[in-house]
Amino acid sequence: MKGQRLVNSIEKGIVIDHIRAGLGVKLFHFLKLDNADFTVVIISGAESKRMGRKDIIKIQNMIDIDYTVIGLIDHNATISIIEDGEITEKKKLELPRRVENVIVCKNPRCITSTERQIPHVFSLQNAETRTYRCDYCEDHVRGIEI
Amino acid sequence: MGLESRNLISTLDFSIEEQDEVLALAERIMAAPKEYDHLLGGRIMASLFFEPSTRTRLSFEAAMLRLGGRVIGFSEAGSSSAAKGESLSDTIRTVSQYADIIVVRHPKEGAANIAAGVSGVPVVNAGDGGHEHPTQTLTDLLTIRSVKKRVGGLAVGCCGDLKFGRTVHSLVKNISRYEGVSFIFASPDELRIPRFLRAFLDDNGVEYVETDRMDGKIAEMDVLYMTRVQKERFFNEEEYIRLKDLFILDAGKLRSAKEDLCILHPLPRVNEIAYEVDADKRAAYFHQAGCGMYARMALMASLLGAV
Ligand SMILES: [Zn+2]
Repeated sequence: MKGQRLVNSIEKGIVIDHIRAGLGVKLFHFLKLDNADFTVVIISGAESKRMGRKDIIKIQNMIDIDYTVIGLIDHNATISIIEDGEITEKKKLELPRRVENVIVCKNPRCITSTERQIPHVFSLQNAETRTYRCDYCEDHVRGIEI
Repeated sequence: MGLESRNLISTLDFSIEEQDEVLALAERIMAAPKEYDHLLGGRIMASLFFEPSTRTRLSFEAAMLRLGGRVIGFSEAGSSSAAKGESLSDTIRTVSQYADIIVVRHPKEGAANIAAGVSGVPVVNAGDGGHEHPTQTLTDLLTIRSVKKRVGGLAVGCCGDLKFGRTVHSLVKNISRYEGVSFIFASPDELRIPRFLRAFLDDNGVEYVETDRMDGKIAEMDVLYMTRVQKERFFNEEEYIRLKDLFILDAGKLRSAKEDLCILHPLPRVNEIAYEVDADKRAAYFHQAGCGMYARMALMASLLGAV
């Protein structure tokens, strides 16, 4: 099946297209779509003229998701909001400057490892390398590790 | 002044002007301690040490007592409510109802940020894991000022473990803000300053050189900051034994040093400064310990708005 037809086949919801191949499943988990009570389709390894292979996520009947998470995982992905089978809005993504409770600090010496109720907050340190820094311990995570 | 009700969590929290105000006050207290012995009468400092650090705790407590204030607290997590599973935030919220200022030492990195976020009174970070220990830097700066009468324009040598040595990283970041300061970093190749610090210095146009032995460059230094080279940082015993002597300061190496070199060490030392150096008038590391108390006195008086 061609990517374009899949995009159009949704009546209402969101299509996240042009996700770098392999990141679709990761994004699915970061968006916590595994517990969703609406229909979600992941297409992995779809053919793409521009990208060779790409992943696509289609979310049906829901447009209220955390776009900063998508920006964090793959800011080159494209977002289309669909209503009545038509694209009503396209969103451009950016690397978020700050993310809360998306990345978990893996530094075992970080206070977030013992202080349970506080949010895990990371701030963008270097956009080129997609490096984020824990607001508490200042440990760095590179985009590739997220 | 502008520091009332502020916190000191990391070494760059204060501008140089604010920092210099604290250091100048510390010098005034040092010169006439009697004049300040009632300054914080009626005030209470809580010293919350979630991990033991006797030296730092005693320095803070002595500082508060010498200003006429009083002290409550605990010296290890086992005797605190943390042992019963209370969160750090809840402990701080509670204690900030009792005390006028909170000093917190915690094994986890970033703990002091959390404390400052929930406390209703000023928080001073007395060390949070390998992260920050800003009053150590204040101590180092006060010592340098009191010995060299200035900070700007000095050539500061740092020697030993420059990769993991937190005190060195904080000092370098802080002191590089002063006009004309340059650095000489002497360390074994595997313990060179980390990339982030090199980037910091490059970004700010600070002059520095790196060398793998201290004796060649010691003659150029105005200040020599010694740190421990720990055995566990090395892959094998032979490597450690071969390298460690190159980074032990002794009378021989000091022969080519300047007459007015200021030798610092955050203490405790193990063997990186030979005992024979203690008698040398250039050794300032015990004086440094005393400066630590005066720096903390000035800091607390400032945060409590008592000056
Ligand atoms: Zn962290």
